[in-house]
Amino acid sequence: MAPKTIVEKIWEEHVVYREEGKPDLLYIDLHLIHEVTSPQAFEGLRQKGRKVRRPDLTFATMDHNVPTVNRFVIEDEVAKNQMTALERNCREFGIPLADLNSPEQGIVHVIGPELGLTQPGMTIVCGDSHTSTHGAFGALAFGIGTSEVEHVLATQTLWQHRPKTMQVNVTGKLTPGVSAKDVILAIIRKFGVDFGTGYVLEFTGDVIRNMSMEERMTICNMSIEAGARAGLVSPDEVTFEYLRGRKYAPKGEAFEKAVEKWRQLRTDEGAVYDQVVEIDGSEIAPTVTWGTTPGMSIAIDETIPFPEQFATETEQKAARLALQYMGLTPGTPITEVAVQHVFIGSCTNSRLSDLREAARIVKGKKVAPGVRALVVPGSQQVKKQAEEEGLAQIFIDAGFEWRDSGCSMCLSMNPDVVPEGERCASTSNRNFEGRQGKGARTHLVSPAMAAAAAIYGHFVDVRTLQKEAVR
Amino acid sequence: MEPFVVHKGKVAGLDRANVDTDQIIPKQFLKRIERTGFGQFLFYDWRYIDENKPNPDFELNRPENAGATILVANENFGCGSSREHAPWALLDYGFRAIIAPSFADIFYNNCLKNSLLPIKLAKEDVEYLLKKAEAADYELTISLEEQAVYDEEGFRRTFEIDPYRKQLLLKGWDEIDLTFVYEPYIVEYEKSRP
Repeated sequence: MAPKTIVEKIWEEHVVYREEGKPDLLYIDLHLIHEVTSPQAFEGLRQKGRKVRRPDLTFATMDHNVPTVNRFVIEDEVAKNQMTALERNCREFGIPLADLNSPEQGIVHVIGPELGLTQPGMTIVCGDSHTSTHGAFGALAFGIGTSEVEHVLATQTLWQHRPKTMQVNVTGKLTPGVSAKDVILAIIRKFGVDFGTGYVLEFTGDVIRNMSMEERMTICNMSIEAGARAGLVSPDEVTFEYLRGRKYAPKGEAFEKAVEKWRQLRTDEGAVYDQVVEIDGSEIAPTVTWGTTPGMSIAIDETIPFPEQFATETEQKAARLALQYMGLTPGTPITEVAVQHVFIGSCTNSRLSDLREAARIVKGKKVAPGVRALVVPGSQQVKKQAEEEGLAQIFIDAGFEWRDSGCSMCLSMNPDVVPEGERCASTSNRNFEGRQGKGARTHLVSPAMAAAAAIYGHFVDVRTLQKEAVR
Repeated sequence: MEPFVVHKGKVAGLDRANVDTDQIIPKQFLKRIERTGFGQFLFYDWRYIDENKPNPDFELNRPENAGATILVANENFGCGSSREHAPWALLDYGFRAIIAPSFADIFYNNCLKNSLLPIKLAKEDVEYLLKKAEAADYELTISLEEQAVYDEEGFRRTFEIDPYRKQLLLKGWDEIDLTFVYEPYIVEYEKSRP
C-alpha cells in the first residue's frame, strides 16, 4: 500500500460517497455548536421540516455571548435572545447542551477536549474558525459557516474536496520563557497570514513532540490565522494519557482497543506532502504583535518596524494603516509600549497550564497602577481546578479580576470590551481592528508575557524575569 | 438559494489586503438570529465615524461607488472568523460578486452557499480593475456559464470554479435536498461506524 499522510488516512476513513467531478461526501463524527452561528441553521431546518440526523454526535454550549461576571444577569436582550434560542433548539432537537448552569460549560474548543469528546482520527466541525484547535489530538477539525452547520445537522455529512497537505516542521529545542504561543506567532510571521490557504497543516518536529496537549492545542488553534482551516498533530502517548479517564473517552478495554487504532494515525515513512516548511524552534523568542494581523509581530527585543522595511507596496500600505490604527511610532522598542488592559483567556490560552504559567509570573506581585487585568478561565472546570490549586488566589491577590468562563474579551461580544484608543496585552488569537472593541489596540502575546505586562505596565521580556527569579 | 447565471453591474474597489470578517461585519451585529438585515452594518467601523455619521474617506462611501454590485479587493479577502454573517451582509448591501487575487477558505465556501460569487483573478488583473473602478460607472459583466468576467472595452478574463459548485449556483439548488438523494450511502456508512 502506498504510504499516506495522517490527513489522507482520516479522510479515506470518512468518505461516504465518491464520484468523479464531485467533492467527496464526508462523514462528520462530532459536531459542536454554540449560540452565535447556529440559530439560522435551526431555523432553516424548521422551515423545511427537517430533523437533526444525529443529535448523539452533536454537542452544544454557550460561550461567545456569556457575561463573565453575574453570568445569569444578561442585560443585552439580543444576546440573551440568542442563548434562549440555543436552549430551545437543543430541547426541540434533542441535543445535549452545557448551558450556564452546567459545571461543564466553557469555550467550545476548551470543553471538547476536556470532556474527551475530541478524539484522534475523528472528523470534527463547528461553526467557528478556531475548530482547528481539536487537531491537536490528530483529528481533522475545521470551522464551517452556518449553511454548513445546517447541512451537518440535517445529514451528518459535508461535500468536501480533499485538501492539500503541508508539513510544518518545528525543529530544535525552545529556550526557557518561549511558549507554544510564541511558536505559532513566529510561524505566522515567517510564512504569512495566508500560507496555509487550501491546506491542512501537519505540525511535526521535536518541538511539537515535546509539547503537552494544551500546548499543541495553542498551536493548532491558530492554524486558521495562517489561512489553514485545519492543523493537526499526530497522536502519541501524551495524547492517549490526556484522554484516559475523560468523561466521553472510551473506558477500560475499549480504551485500550481505541489506543491500538489511534497508534496507526501517523504519516507513513515516504508519504508525500504537497508542501513542506521548516522553522528552527531554538531561534524563536517571546513574541508580540504590533499591527492588525497576527502576522505583524516582532520579538520582544525588537523595535516597531518602518513601513519601508516591507517588500511589496500592498504590505507597506497595510503597515502604514496598522501603525496608524495602533498609534505606534516606528523605531520604538516594544518594551517601551505601555498597556492599559491585560486579558488572559480565549480558546488559544485559557487552559490550566496557561493559568499556571501566568500565575508563576504574578505570584507575590501587584498589577501596575492604571492597568486593568482580567483572567477568564476557558471553562468552569478550569476555573474550579485553578481555584483548588490556589492559582485564582494568586491572581486575586495581585489585583486581577477573576471571572467565569467564556470567550469574553477575545471578541468582546459580551460586556468585556477594551475602550477606544486603549491598549491590551491579550493571550487571544486575533489583533484585527475593532476585535476587542471599536478603536481598541490589541497585542497578541503568551500567557507569561501578558502576566508580565500586567505587573510592569508595559511589555517585558519574560526571559529576563526568569533569570532574575533564578538569581 | 438564488441562482447565479449572468450579472452585470457597477464595480467598487477596496484596495486592501487581508480584509477580515470582523471588518466586514463587526461582532456586535452577530447577535441577530435571522439571515437578513445585515447590510446596514457592513464594514460598520470603517463606514461610520460614530453613530451613523458616514466616514467620507471610506472607499464605499465615495459617491462614485454608490450602487455598486461587484466588489474588487486585494489578497486574502474574508480571512478570520467563519461568520456567515459576512456574506449575508455583503449580499444584503447589494453585492453579487467579489473579485480578489485570493480568498480565505471558509469565507469562499460561505459565499458559494449564498450565491455571492467569489472570483479569483491574477494579481495584475485585480490591480487593473482597482484602477478602472476609480472611475464612476465602470461596469463588468460576469457570466458563470462561461466562467468569464468582461467589460465593454475589451477586458476579458476567465476564472476557475469547482464544477459541482458551479452547477448548484446555476440552478440555485438546495444542497441539503441534493444530499438526501445519497441518504442510502449515509445509512450504509453508519452501519460500518464503530
